[in-house]
Amino acid sequence: MELLDFEEPIELLLEQIEQAKIIASKSQIDMTETIADLEAKVEETRKNIYKNLTPWQRVQVSRHPGRPYTLSYIKAMTDGDFIELHGDRQIEDDTAMVGGFGSLDGKSVLFIGQQKGENTKMRQYRNFGMSNPGGYRKALRLMRLAEKFNRPIVTLIDTPGAFPGITAEERGQAEAIARNLFEMFRIKVPIICIIIGEGASGGAIGIGVGDRVIMLENTWYSVISPESCSSILWRSWEFKEKAAEALKLTPQDMLANGLIDDIIPEPAGGAHSHPEIMFETVKAEILKHLEILEQKDVNTLISERIEKFTRMGVFNER
Amino acid sequence: MGWFTRLKKGIITETKDKKDIREGLWYKCPRCKKIVTSDDHYASANVCSECNYHDKTNSQHYFELLFDNQDYTVLFNNLYPADPLRFVDTKKYVDRIKITTKSTGINEAMSVAAGKIDDLNLVVASMNFEFIGGSMGAVVGEKISRAIDHAIKTRSALLIISKSGGARMMEAGFSLMQMAKTSAKLTLLADARLPYVSLMTDPTTGGVTASFAMLGDLNIAEPEALIGFAGPRVIKETIKRDLPEGFQRSEFLLDHGFIDFIVDRRELKLRLAQQLRFLMA
Repeated sequence: MELLDFEEPIELLLEQIEQAKIIASKSQIDMTETIADLEAKVEETRKNIYKNLTPWQRVQVSRHPGRPYTLSYIKAMTDGDFIELHGDRQIEDDTAMVGGFGSLDGKSVLFIGQQKGENTKMRQYRNFGMSNPGGYRKALRLMRLAEKFNRPIVTLIDTPGAFPGITAEERGQAEAIARNLFEMFRIKVPIICIIIGEGASGGAIGIGVGDRVIMLENTWYSVISPESCSSILWRSWEFKEKAAEALKLTPQDMLANGLIDDIIPEPAGGAHSHPEIMFETVKAEILKHLEILEQKDVNTLISERIEKFTRMGVFNER
Repeated sequence: MGWFTRLKKGIITETKDKKDIREGLWYKCPRCKKIVTSDDHYASANVCSECNYHDKTNSQHYFELLFDNQDYTVLFNNLYPADPLRFVDTKKYVDRIKITTKSTGINEAMSVAAGKIDDLNLVVASMNFEFIGGSMGAVVGEKISRAIDHAIKTRSALLIISKSGGARMMEAGFSLMQMAKTSAKLTLLADARLPYVSLMTDPTTGGVTASFAMLGDLNIAEPEALIGFAGPRVIKETIKRDLPEGFQRSEFLLDHGFIDFIVDRRELKLRLAQQLRFLMA
C-alpha cells in the first residue's frame, strides 16, 4: 500500500517486518514473536499518527489512492445486492457520478455518489470524480424515482469539484447544481449525505442537501480546495497547509461550526487501512439515522431540512 | 531642431492658475472611446449611447432605475459581516472588511430595497461587486433569506441582481452553505407562488451562479455579461486550450437555453414590469 509522507515511521517498521520475514525464511530462526511485536507496533504508530493529523494531512488522507470509493461502499454495504442505473435521460451518462437502488439489510435504498477511478485508466474514465451537468441531472432523476417509490436516499460525496470544461458550461453546470440544491429541499423522502473523501465546493453540495450531513473522520468539506485557495489568496501554490488550516475544513471544525450533523470515526490508519471495518461502520450509521428519519412525517422532515440550512451563517446585527 | 519656432518665450502657467477639472466629470467608453459627461452617462444607466456597452453600476443606481418615482426603502442594512473562522491569509479578514467598508461606503456585497414597479410590489436584492468582488458570505445569504421573507409577507415579486465572483473564501464552509440556504428559501417563495426574476450582470460566476442566480422563474441577463460556473481562467488551465469567442457570455447562454432573454439596462424597468404584469396583475 502507498504511504503518505507523514507515515514514514510506519514505513520503517514495515521494512523491519519484511526483513524479519526474510531472516525467518532463510535461517530457521523463529521470528514469529518479533514479527507480531512489530505488527503491533505498526498499529500503535498508525494510531498515534492518525490521532494528531493536521488539516492538510487529513486532506492528504482523503485523497489517498488506496481509499475506498463510492461503488466499493455500495457493493460492500449491500453485499452485492445493487443495480447501477445510468443516464440523465437528456443527453449523457456521466461516468463520474453513479447511482442505483440497493438493499441494506433488506431495506431498499437509493445510492448516489461521485466515483473516482482506482487506476490511471479508470481515473480518466471517471474523470477524476469530477461530474459534468449530466451527473447532477442523473442524480436528480434517480432521487425523483426514489421519492416516487418512497425509498430513502443516501449520497456518498467524494469529488475534487464539478468539472470545469467547455461542454460542462455549455450544458449548464451551474444550473444543474442549482437545480439539485432547490429540488433536494423538496424531495419527500429522507436524505443522508456522507462525505467519504473530498467534499469540494459546489461539486459536493450539488448532491449534499440532506436531513443528515455526515463526514468520515479523515475527509474535508469546504468552499474551495486548499491548493486553489492558496493560489488565489496567497498568489502561490505554496501555502496549501496554511490554507487548509484557515479554511476550517476538517470534520471537527465543520461540526463545531454547526455545518454538519455528525462524524463517523475511521479505523486507525484511515478508511484505506481497514476498508471492511469502514464499510460496516458506515452501514450501521446509515441504518441508525434512517430509523430516526423514517419516523418523521414528510412535512416535518422537509421543514426541518429547510430550517437547518437556513440557520447556517454567522453575522453581526446592529 | 523642432518643426515650430516658439514666438512668445516663457509661457508658464502657475499650478494655482491651472484650470481645475473635477475628477470624473467626463466618461470615456472603454470600448468605443466615445466621451460623454458623467451625468449623461449616469442618466443613460451607465450604458454607452454609441455602442451599448454596459458598464458596471451600483445597487443604488438599479434601485433608482427600477422603483416608481425612485421611491424605495432600503432593508436589512443593519447586517454586517462577522469573522467566525478568524480567517487570515495575507491580510486578516476583519481588516479586509474594514478597508473595504471604508473605501466603498457600503457594508456588504448585497443591498436590499422594497418599493413598487408599475404599482406592483417588488423587492430587489442587488449585489455590490465593489465589496470583496461581490462574494457571497453569510450576510449575502441572510439578506436574500430576509428579502424572501419580506416578499412573502408583502406579496411582492423578487428580483435578485447578481454580480459576483462567487463564494467568499474567508467564510469557507459558511459561505458554501449559503448556496443551500438561499436555495432552501427560494422553495418557500415558490410555494407562495410569487415570481422570482434573476438578473445576471457582468460577472456572475461560481457559487452564486450555481445557486440562486440560475433558479429564477425567469433568468435574464444584461448584454455580454460573463456568466458561468467555473471562471474562464480555470477552464483554460484545465483543458489547456483557448476558449471560443463569446464563451460564457449572455448571448452564449441564451443560445444554449439557460436564460429567457437579454435585457438592455435602459429598458430593464419596462421589460420587468411588463413580465411581472403577465404573472401577477
